[in-house]
Amino acid sequence: MIIADRKPIEEIFEMIKEFDKILIVGCKGCVTVCNVGGAKEVDILAAILKIGRKKKQKPLQIDEKTLERQCDLEYIAQIKDTVNKYDAVLSMACGVGLQFLAEAYPNQKFFPAVNTKFFGGATAHGIWEERCAGCGICIVHYFGGLCPIARCSKSLMNGPCGGSAEGKCEIDKNVACIWDLIVRKKMEHERLDDLLDITPAKDWRSAKDGGPRRRECKELIK
Amino acid sequence: MSEVFNPQILAFCCKYCAYAAADLAGSMRISYPANIKIIQVPCTGRVDIIHLLKAVEDGADGVYVAGCIEGECHFVEGNIRTRKKVEYVKEILKELDIEPERIEMFNLSSAMGPRFAEIANEMTKRIIKLGQSPVKNNKGAK
Repeated sequence: MIIADRKPIEEIFEMIKEFDKILIVGCKGCVTVCNVGGAKEVDILAAILKIGRKKKQKPLQIDEKTLERQCDLEYIAQIKDTVNKYDAVLSMACGVGLQFLAEAYPNQKFFPAVNTKFFGGATAHGIWEERCAGCGICIVHYFGGLCPIARCSKSLMNGPCGGSAEGKCEIDKNVACIWDLIVRKKMEHERLDDLLDITPAKDWRSAKDGGPRRRECKELIK
Repeated sequence: MSEVFNPQILAFCCKYCAYAAADLAGSMRISYPANIKIIQVPCTGRVDIIHLLKAVEDGADGVYVAGCIEGECHFVEGNIRTRKKVEYVKEILKELDIEPERIEMFNLSSAMGPRFAEIANEMTKRIIKLGQSPVKNNKGAK
């Protein structure tokens, strides 16, 4: 799923400082699962903003709405009758959700209340880690199911590098060296020879370097 | 202008400890400030961040959560989880430039009636010292 993090309160206050009536739109997709932009977090952010603005003697009227998904036109249509009644709209979805809203309602001003971070999952309750870089051509099967693109700091295809020490990456002692894990896994599976083959340089055109991407599913297109 | 400040303090009390302790304080004829408004909860784990924030938003001068002694929660870790929520709200208040001391977490057992009254007194003194909530000063939109 997409992992996000709430923006600092001060930054959000700065974005909405000139407005008196706003709508906060949450999303029941990824950001609900990673506890940053679901109905509960929308409620909390609304309370925080109201407290802050009451303190500044500039009360703020806030309405809340959490959509099934902000990245689907059929769901964002649910706010079509009300969205322009507000001075501005804060989106608690990922960058995709906010852009879908902004494209659907061009007369309204949209502001992100979260920073979209990465594709990842929860490794423990309250901890999320990156697992995929969305590079376009998946190669994890060559590396024991571990992705060197997303999880190696240098995205090395033929690692490890000299910065690997005691299973940790030189950038941070809390970051595992994925190449250390790949080698260990290959040893466990007695397939270490697989790593003797040099993996050729990756064609990054399938990743973001090839420009904005698009997927078409012809059997679904009307 | 010489009006006496009578703080509004909200206390979320676990039914197994703090609420029972409040009962005991009553049975023991121990008085505690009348400005403490008690909300009984089945476990302090039921208290969420939003409950604490709503209390502040609606003008409470102080809010505290009183739960079982750590390790003695009837639901194993409700009080430990809520301590973290209280810490989170304290951080939020700091960011909003509101005194984090307005929110607090206490632990006691059902046998600690006098301690319940002590906590109520301690919190009342603390809030009187801090003064009225900066949120309450202003007439805000709902």
